[in-house]
Amino acid sequence: MSSLTARFGPGLGGTILLLVGLWLIGMVLAPNLMMLDFSLRPNLMPNQIGTEADRYTLANFIALFSDSVHRAIFFKTVWASALVTLTTLVVTYPLAFWLAKIATPRGMALALVALIIPFWINEVLRTLAWYILLAFNGPLNAVLLGLGIIAEPVRWFGDFGVLAGMVYAYILFMLFPIYNSISTLETAQIEAARNLGASTVRIHRRIVIPHAKAGIATGCVFTFMLAAGSYVAPALLGSPGSRWFTEIIYNWFFEGGNWNRGAAYALVLLVLCMLVVLAALRVFRVNLADVAK
Amino acid sequence: MSHSVDLIDIEMIFGQVRAVEKFSASVEGGEFFSILGPSGCGKTTVLRLVAGFIQPTAGRVLIGGKDVTGSGPHQRPTSMIFQSLALFPLMPVWENIVFGLEVRGIPKAERRKRAEELLDLIALPGFGDRMIHELSGGQKQRVAIARALAVEPQVLLLDEPLSALDLKLRQHMRAELRALQKRTGVTFIYITHDQSEALAMSDRVAVMSAGKLQQIATPRELYANPATSFVARFVGETNEFPGRVRGVSDGIAAVETRHGLLKGRAGPGLRAGDQAAVYVRPEAVSLETENDNRIEAEAERLEFEGAVAILHAKAQDGQAVLAAIAHRGLGQAPVSGGAIKLSFTPAEALVLANV
Repeated sequence: MSSLTARFGPGLGGTILLLVGLWLIGMVLAPNLMMLDFSLRPNLMPNQIGTEADRYTLANFIALFSDSVHRAIFFKTVWASALVTLTTLVVTYPLAFWLAKIATPRGMALALVALIIPFWINEVLRTLAWYILLAFNGPLNAVLLGLGIIAEPVRWFGDFGVLAGMVYAYILFMLFPIYNSISTLETAQIEAARNLGASTVRIHRRIVIPHAKAGIATGCVFTFMLAAGSYVAPALLGSPGSRWFTEIIYNWFFEGGNWNRGAAYALVLLVLCMLVVLAALRVFRVNLADVAK
Repeated sequence: MSHSVDLIDIEMIFGQVRAVEKFSASVEGGEFFSILGPSGCGKTTVLRLVAGFIQPTAGRVLIGGKDVTGSGPHQRPTSMIFQSLALFPLMPVWENIVFGLEVRGIPKAERRKRAEELLDLIALPGFGDRMIHELSGGQKQRVAIARALAVEPQVLLLDEPLSALDLKLRQHMRAELRALQKRTGVTFIYITHDQSEALAMSDRVAVMSAGKLQQIATPRELYANPATSFVARFVGETNEFPGRVRGVSDGIAAVETRHGLLKGRAGPGLRAGDQAAVYVRPEAVSLETENDNRIEAEAERLEFEGAVAILHAKAQDGQAVLAAIAHRGLGQAPVSGGAIKLSFTPAEALVLANV
């Protein structure tokens, strides 16, 4: 803070601090406090607001966990997000390693262009592309039928569609942290391990993964949070059996007209995400400063 | 003694670049063999070819008489010490040292015991549980050596491992490496661009330049009888007098130079009419006048170095000439600016064709 005023002078430095403070209070803290307030009040008709019925209660939270369908969707969202994270990690890690240690500059440039250009397109449109690809009469089924791999078209929408759509949507958030941390590994260490007789699996287990731990943790945290908070992929690529918790929240706000219940559900999701982040940092023995790097 | 490493007509091409050309060498078992050359001469490529990190575009690599061309670095009985050492920073010292044994599935208790033995060998007892970043440069060096020796290689490959150390430590580690090599009897192949390192430690030295092998010889032979003009210039100080060969007889070549006719032992394949140069070491140049080869010069300055004094002189055409004059000859040392006659015998000079 003192370096800020030292660099910009008290006037400009103070203004920057004030703006950041206003932003944090007005755009982050206040809405969340309002959500908390909403979540703790019952859903009342306008004429009842301010009357005796308008008092703090945990009923909205209790409702989530006593409704077996909502509870099931909540826990499913948790483990399905974990599955999305794991799948993205498994898909991304070899790619990140290849980019960081094996690819020629030309190969790397081509791969990065191929990966990044689709991300110039809006997430909704990218998900719509998957919607088309995975459709019952879509190209994927046509190709698989043509090759004789399947006898009749498969309904991809549902758990598989959501998984595929999310892995694709969040791959860069996993790729770049891991790529960054692997690229700081001295190549001679890999060669030394290989020279001492280590197999590829052991080189990754003992040398590369421990080194890239912070990057892997960062990528996993990003991906989990994005997946748990995702709306587009489950809405477009899901089926009634693969409903996401965000869809329930959406429904309470915009279809059920019960903002209080929706706010309670949203807060539960927020707390869950924070717990997962803290747990991941604990498990990987990484601190927040490493993740921020 | 048996051959430990045989390189047969090795050639390595990277894209358009010919990194190594027709390289052949036989390293004896238990030998301290150095490859010396300026940076970019292809010496590291040769080492990586022996280790198996890269495969030659042509030629064969034999280790212990067995053809290992095509096999990877984890399948060869070689162990490499990298220029950066490449120690594993996230493992304690002892795990670093016995990483190669961990890979081979040796149980932990046995690994730990072996690590302690190796720590004794490198004179770092009790350092097993330290982390790599807690060690000094010289200690890291020794841990890298122990890690490489732990897998009991037939051949230890060293890629300029001393270059990161300061001069004093470097000289100390030189002696230590040499002693370790004698004690373990492992064949060492040592890469360096530092000629004093190569000459001080090695049984034999291979000199490379621009991907080509120039000469393989003992350090003494290399200094006394360089095979090519590159070796003559690269190894040790030398005076060079270029000219054209007038004739060769009885192994003595006469060369027409700007300083008159100079004679020296003829190098390999020298013929009359060749462009060549006479090479003479500073310690072979004297102020006595009865030698066959004489050069008129002007004394510039004298640097006293204890046992010898280095006389910097300028020949009539401006060429610098160095003479190392023994202490006892200093009585007649010339004064700066004085005209002097420098001379040397043909037996101590060498005539080598220009390449």
